[in-house]
Amino acid sequence: MFAMRIKAIAVNTFREAIRDKILYSLLFFALMMIGSSLLVGSLTLGEYTKIIKDVGLAAISLFGTLISIFVGITLVNKEIDRRTVYTVLSKPIHRWEFILGKYGGLALTLAVEVAIMTIGFLGLVYYVSNEVAIGLLPAIGLIYLELLLLTAFAVLFSSFSTPMLSGLFTLSVFIIGHLTSDIRLHGGKSESYVVRTISNVMYYVLPNLENFNLKNQAVHNVAPAAGHLEFAVAYGILYATMVLMAAVVIFQGRDFK
Amino acid sequence: MDAIQIENLSKHYRSGFRMRRFEAVRDLSLTVKEGEIYGFIGPNGAGKTTTIKILMGLANPTAGSVKIFGKSVLEVAHKANVGFLPERPYFYEYLTAAEFLDFYGQLFNLSAPVRKKRIDELLERVSLSIHRDTPLRKFSKGMLQRVGVAQALINDPKLVVLDEPMSGLDPLGRMLIRDLILGLRKQGKTVFFSSHILSDVELICDRVGIILGGRRKEEGTLDQLLGHKERLIEVIARPVPGGMERLVEALRPLALELSTQGDRLLARLKDEAGKQQSLRIVLEQGGDIESVTQRRESLEDLFLDELNAVKQTGGPR
Repeated sequence: MFAMRIKAIAVNTFREAIRDKILYSLLFFALMMIGSSLLVGSLTLGEYTKIIKDVGLAAISLFGTLISIFVGITLVNKEIDRRTVYTVLSKPIHRWEFILGKYGGLALTLAVEVAIMTIGFLGLVYYVSNEVAIGLLPAIGLIYLELLLLTAFAVLFSSFSTPMLSGLFTLSVFIIGHLTSDIRLHGGKSESYVVRTISNVMYYVLPNLENFNLKNQAVHNVAPAAGHLEFAVAYGILYATMVLMAAVVIFQGRDFK
Repeated sequence: MDAIQIENLSKHYRSGFRMRRFEAVRDLSLTVKEGEIYGFIGPNGAGKTTTIKILMGLANPTAGSVKIFGKSVLEVAHKANVGFLPERPYFYEYLTAAEFLDFYGQLFNLSAPVRKKRIDELLERVSLSIHRDTPLRKFSKGMLQRVGVAQALINDPKLVVLDEPMSGLDPLGRMLIRDLILGLRKQGKTVFFSSHILSDVELICDRVGIILGGRRKEEGTLDQLLGHKERLIEVIARPVPGGMERLVEALRPLALELSTQGDRLLARLKDEAGKQQSLRIVLEQGGDIESVTQRRESLEDLFLDELNAVKQTGGPR
């Protein structure tokens, strides 16, 4: 019963995303940046392929983040702003189905975007080194997982806040998420009890996005620590589920004015 | 069974930095019987849209109960029998008309063949068949409103709720929507719609409810609400060339109101005797009678009376 409704919302969200031109320009710049690694690489002595891999992974991560924040926020807020949500929620659909459908559509959009960037990236690596760099895929997989988690945050913030604020909040989660270990390390050395507590709370409440960072290992052909991949996948899925549940609870009680 | 039963509904919003309380709807009760067209009228800001949002589960009531076909609107399942068109709707403009309707059909779990059949029928019914594959961003306002009505009918609902379906449309667009609503009644459906365009309500509604300042002021059939009011007769006459002034002079003592447009004269008369007398005068002067219409006092007058009464007693807003 509910599967069809969630699928309908997801497909509709995906359709909206792929018919939006802004997304193509972001994708275009991402591919440009991956391509520009050729130039950067040629300016460096040796390590040519490593530089290309480094820049490419960074481009996928950066543009993936921009895309996930952009689509995550606009596609949820647009529904509320343009009041299309009125017609949808007046049908026999639960609000959690709407949120899940939206999220599903966003996840699908991101999957396609990341896939396109990955093909461009691996193609480039093959072009310069004749190497089919399968070893980079786990790192890209974890980047995708990080994007899924950020999108869940974007949906959560969009369920109660304005697009501008939601964007800022999600960006903050991204930045702090990559620094939580540092914040805890430096905050823990503080003499102030308040600072120590705040840095501890931030460490435990906000996600540690460094868990999804395998870029260095991948570039240097170092295998990730045993069990790390499994841990990161479980961590990402569990965290995203919790964030989405919070979004559902907030969205459930909301009055549309 | 009543199609809609609203009992003692209240809705408060808190807004602004100081969270000041604002009462959008106060102790509102109304019933809509199955198979009737019910006009829900009131000025902007009277609480019509808030009531409709609660009816559709888009906002939660602060107090009171709202039932559709005997079931609380807080349950999602009741919406399977309801179609809804919001006020000034925006739709997914990147979808084509057929994709758009298909999407809503899926939200009702309709199977693909049923959806296809309904989409064909509905596009035909709202005269948009040739625009089946046109993206909605290329639609005019009237076309959007019509595809919106089609969307509200995709599940073949027993009750159709329309929020200001005719606002912002040209006369032709209004007529199309009016005909659609009348067609629904013929099919035995219940229609609940809000409007501030009173002539539209007057033409098609079985019963009306007037809402002012979040409270229901009057409810009843048009005869009940307007029957006791005096009737008006309108005569449109065409005098002989050059005879307009003479005719105006002759009719002035009889008419409540006189106006001329080109070579035509419109006279509003308050009773049958006045009508007979003025018709005689027109004919005696060699003029032509173009039309005679009997008009009861319009809903508009009643509506303004209510508004004035509220203002005088210092009632809500």
